[in-house]
Amino acid sequence: MALEQKIKYEGDCDREFAKWVVSQTGGDNLRHCIQCGVCSATCPLSLYMDYTPRRLINLAREGFKKEVLGSFTIWLCASCYACRVECPKKIHITDIMYLLKRRAIEEGVYPRRFPIPVLAREFARMVFAFGRVNETLLVMDLFLRTNWFRFLSMTGLGLNLMRTGRMSLLPDHIKRRRELRKVLDAIDSDKTEAVS
Amino acid sequence: MKYLYFPGCSLKGSGKAYEESFLAVAKAVGLEIRELEDWNCCGATAYMSVDETRSYALAGRNLAIAERENLDIIAPCNACYLVLNKTQHALKDDEELRRKVVKALKAGGLDYKGTVRVRHPLDVLINDVGLDKIRALVKKPLKDLKLAAYYGCQMVRPYASFDDQHDPVTMDKLMEAAGAECVPWPLKTRCCGGSLTGTVPEAGLRLAYILLREAKKRGAGAIVTLCPLCQFNLDGYQDQMARKFEKVDFPVVYFTQVLGLALGLSASELGIQRGIIPAGKVLSGAR
Repeated sequence: MALEQKIKYEGDCDREFAKWVVSQTGGDNLRHCIQCGVCSATCPLSLYMDYTPRRLINLAREGFKKEVLGSFTIWLCASCYACRVECPKKIHITDIMYLLKRRAIEEGVYPRRFPIPVLAREFARMVFAFGRVNETLLVMDLFLRTNWFRFLSMTGLGLNLMRTGRMSLLPDHIKRRRELRKVLDAIDSDKTEAVS
Repeated sequence: MKYLYFPGCSLKGSGKAYEESFLAVAKAVGLEIRELEDWNCCGATAYMSVDETRSYALAGRNLAIAERENLDIIAPCNACYLVLNKTQHALKDDEELRRKVVKALKAGGLDYKGTVRVRHPLDVLINDVGLDKIRALVKKPLKDLKLAAYYGCQMVRPYASFDDQHDPVTMDKLMEAAGAECVPWPLKTRCCGGSLTGTVPEAGLRLAYILLREAKKRGAGAIVTLCPLCQFNLDGYQDQMARKFEKVDFPVVYFTQVLGLALGLSASELGIQRGIIPAGKVLSGAR
């Protein structure tokens, strides 16, 4: 087993990342976190996380970029908003998780072959192409990209859905796909203008 | 009472029974429903993880199309209901975001002023139709049916616009109006696992299993829910739960199916045969 540094020095953190986090919408009030841990206590997924939400908030605002963006925590957040409504400092924790997920996808540093970020990316791609999502095709695409074996374990569910008429293998699409693409692309060209 | 209906992708696929029962019930209580013209995917939780501004523009296109008709939108799926409402809030609170999104909508020949209201069918049934009218319309009260009313997360969080955030009661009241009894249980708004049941079953399956086990323990005969993903997770993964935990064999139905039966509609027009765990016996034994 390789030795790993478990305790971090202040010098190990990334100041730029800390600055970036608190400059984003919703990130500005991360400074107000009193580390009470109510978020971790209400979170139904915290028992599977490598860092509980409370710890993740502290790591993020102090600039521990590698730990935060490479964590399972941000991807295990199922957006149930339990932490957000209980937070005594009214921190929008769910939106902070989204913010960190986006940065992790942008930098390509999410855990390898972990299905959730792949699902998010493929979902967005399907929406851009068709305007709607076909659940069956999305799930098939996901498992072929990440875990063949797990795909096989889903055949029982697939057969049940077929039997009850709840599965469609044809991609559904909107009529004015060009209109939707124009809207979405206009957001990107707006961003490019803002940068230049 | 006229409304626009935003089905979302699930109600056209695995949640087909929710669409069937919602439309049948709406008709029976006198709501005039028209599907939103050329609606697109709301973005759910996944799109927000990829691009925030684009996700607001994506949801915004639906709001823009709805605004032309000057009617409230009914969104039965909890995720659609939340995403469309969240977009409303974000566009209202953040001027810079609103400018960007409206500019993008204009590039597609659309516009949005911000006047659309996004409603849940439960809200419409309770507050626009009213329990008195529903009670008067009930033809076959579902006596001896015990239910665990499960609201899921995104209907009451983060915005609880028509019910209590910690202990919602509107669905319990509606089910009681249909003649059923709702058992007390504390997991009404606990997460069902969302998409984790499929992507990370080692964590997600347990979340769904806990809900079923507790509902059973409290003496309910079925769980009644109002979200297609909750229904899918609780109903569809019971074979995997049997391998991992224990055999559950517990029906999970939509609140519109239960209400529809009480209103005298047939099981087949309410899509009751679409449950993977058959619900017909529990529901018909209740008459």
